[in-house]
Amino acid sequence: MTEPVLSIKDLVVEFPFRDDVFRAVNGVSFDIMPGEVVGVVGESGAGKSMTGSAVIGLIERPGHIAGGEIRLKGERIDNLPEEAKAKLRGKRIGMVFQDPLTSLNPLYTVGEQLVETIRTHLPLNEAQARQKAIDLLTEAGIPKAAERIDSYPHQFSGGMRQRVVIALAIAAEPELIIADEPTSALDVSVQAQIIKVLKKLCSSHGAAVMLITHDMGVIAQTADRMVVMHHGKVVETGTVGDIIRRPREAYTIKLIQSIPTILRQEHAATPAEAANDDGAYVQVKNLVRDFEIGKGSFTKLLPGKTEIFRAVNDVSFSISKGETFGLVGESGSGKSTCAKMIVGLLRPTSGQIIVDGHDIWAGGKGHQERRKRVQMIFQDPYASLNPRWRVADIIAEPMRTLGIARNRSEVDDRVAELLRRVRLDPSVMRKFPHEFSGGQRQRIAIARALSSQPEFIVCDEPTSALDVSVQAQVLDLMSELQSEFGLTYLLISHNLAVVRQMSNAVGVLHNGVLVEKGPTDAIFDNPQADYTRMLLDAVPDISKVA
Amino acid sequence: MTDLPHSPEQPVVAVETSRWKTFLKSDIVWSYRHSPVTIVASIVALLLILMAVFAPLLAPYNPFNPATLNLMDGFTPPNSSSFSGKYFALGTDSQGRDMLSTIMYGSRVSLFVGFMATLFAMVMGVGLGLVSGYVGGVVDAIIMRVADVQLSFPAILIALLIFGVARGIIPPNQQEGAAVWVLIVAIGLANWAQFARTVRGATMVERQKDYVSAARLLGVNPIIILLRHVLPNVLGPVLVIGTISLALAIIEEATLSYLGVGVPPTQPSLGTLIRIGQQFMFSGEWWIILFPAITLILLALSVNLLGDWLRDALNPKLR
Repeated sequence: MTEPVLSIKDLVVEFPFRDDVFRAVNGVSFDIMPGEVVGVVGESGAGKSMTGSAVIGLIERPGHIAGGEIRLKGERIDNLPEEAKAKLRGKRIGMVFQDPLTSLNPLYTVGEQLVETIRTHLPLNEAQARQKAIDLLTEAGIPKAAERIDSYPHQFSGGMRQRVVIALAIAAEPELIIADEPTSALDVSVQAQIIKVLKKLCSSHGAAVMLITHDMGVIAQTADRMVVMHHGKVVETGTVGDIIRRPREAYTIKLIQSIPTILRQEHAATPAEAANDDGAYVQVKNLVRDFEIGKGSFTKLLPGKTEIFRAVNDVSFSISKGETFGLVGESGSGKSTCAKMIVGLLRPTSGQIIVDGHDIWAGGKGHQERRKRVQMIFQDPYASLNPRWRVADIIAEPMRTLGIARNRSEVDDRVAELLRRVRLDPSVMRKFPHEFSGGQRQRIAIARALSSQPEFIVCDEPTSALDVSVQAQVLDLMSELQSEFGLTYLLISHNLAVVRQMSNAVGVLHNGVLVEKGPTDAIFDNPQADYTRMLLDAVPDISKVA
Repeated sequence: MTDLPHSPEQPVVAVETSRWKTFLKSDIVWSYRHSPVTIVASIVALLLILMAVFAPLLAPYNPFNPATLNLMDGFTPPNSSSFSGKYFALGTDSQGRDMLSTIMYGSRVSLFVGFMATLFAMVMGVGLGLVSGYVGGVVDAIIMRVADVQLSFPAILIALLIFGVARGIIPPNQQEGAAVWVLIVAIGLANWAQFARTVRGATMVERQKDYVSAARLLGVNPIIILLRHVLPNVLGPVLVIGTISLALAIIEEATLSYLGVGVPPTQPSLGTLIRIGQQFMFSGEWWIILFPAITLILLALSVNLLGDWLRDALNPKLR
């Protein structure tokens, strides 16, 4: 049996607090063999990133390794002095971080950064190092690498930048690469390419990979073996196929069940009738929104041409009462701009939005009708609740504003009822938002949305800030509330699996244009537009396990 | 079985903990207890403020009652008995007024002007900052340019200017009574821009947050949004600047009074006392200037240290 590249034994990482010690990593052990890709998966706070930081010796103070050992090719590295650890980084252990924007220095060209790394670790002269840099960039899939090597990081797109970071990590021919959420900041279509590049480069250079991610889909498509972590402990270790198809531990089973897949059919409800659009509850007709760019408030007063960016371009769709329409798109596709116009936060440049027969942008009456019927659930439950307000006041605000309930006891009764509806104990109404977890906050946000007794709720990425197991609970809650109150949803998401699970009909937005719309099953099983097909192919999904 | 967090089957139960206990465990109390400088500063500031507030009860003499003054008691050195056999801990001035009592009454004027001026600057600055940050566009540009112009002049110069204008407007027979209020407005107007800038920045951040969007889409009145949603979330930095600018305002008041444009000698502040004292500095009566000056330094320094501590304690990045 060959020696493992990386061997972690009973690793403990502790953070001392004022009157307590927090164990971020609590007795973790696993090995990585040469040339192997090992995925470390877990929800937030599972200790997966902390394990990675421990290996490269970059745990932020006051955290420290309190026990166990880390061996690189049999040699103990956790107790080395700081200078020795610094020599390991880059030379023997390469790193790829989540955000390609911050892991490159914006003041140096890509070439300078690569050449510097190569020359620090390999005995090459300037010209040889430069040639190697170009080779690496070409390998990482950057077209015309010889020309682009003198560009600055901001001249590359996010995906291209992450390729540069990968080239940088592999530059010194390390034995191990630690990739911490390498694709989480990228769009789905780019994500797939980056995963391929990472895998290809590592195998051609013979580097083992420790891939840290919360996304089971990425691991399913990339890794050979996986380590499931929870609360600082390893729950289960095994080959990817085994764990995804035959998970043994209760936690893993629950985790895998809660991941929506683009293949899952069970929720696909009645396909949307090809109803005539005029009868639909919500109708969006030829919606357009332009933004002027590059002008400050003073320069605006000066004459001159303004450049116009069309964020939403002639989008039309309709939603029948009680159904869910999923709006899918990558970042910059205009989906959030659509949401803002539909809830009345942003005036459309042209086009109409009709809810229950009322044009919501037609004067004061339209606004009034909209406020009664339309509500919104936001993406980030940390920003959508006022941190200085008590839960009771947050939930009561819509009903007070709209005059649904005025006197104190009536408001309190309704708030308690709403909290019960979102499966929270009514006694929490005296608390502040910071006392809740992300999932609980999103429940509070849902309760607030329901408080004005709306018929139509726009959900802008309602679960993308949440862990998968919490996501499953919130989605279930949303479905239950939909059937309970007969709600109509517009579900905006970049997550195709979530949209498939929740929606009756789907629209695909690309650069502000609705490239395709139709019943969910038709779009997912038989996509017509090239873009939709590309998107569906690109999604990392646990059903695509290698 | 499963230990997934926040399962819906186990509703969260609110545990009622005592408000006071939570406060005692909070980070801010912890950081206070671990900063000896802050503890000393707060005790000094508290003592000086109490001394000023309760001056009429605590002061050994009433320095403004001519009936109790004896000119023969003038220039009594500290810690000695005077001509008329009275005891003066900190000595007397040229007219036989007890320095200790004068300082106590003087701190009262200084603190009153400082507090009111800071309050004035705070209300004005926070209000304009909120509007500027929330409305944006041309309104923001105008308010901020005015603040820029304001900040490019030294605060004391602006206070002098406003003071001069007020002198010209107010009829001479009312000038004595109005002096304190003119001083408050002058110092307040010189300091509002700091508040406005900070609040504007914080407001622009808060405005983007979804809780403001949630209120906007309900059609909540913008003024209500500003006061009930945004204001509570921008108060942290306001508190810090407020404390530091209280120290500044006290010094500005002293400077103006020292220059002779502040409060009149009939109701002297610490600055006025220092101005009176400097006349006797070179003739050996050092106590007349030394004790008011020390009081002013202690007051400004302790309040400033409290402000510094507050800034660090409220900023998690510096911890």
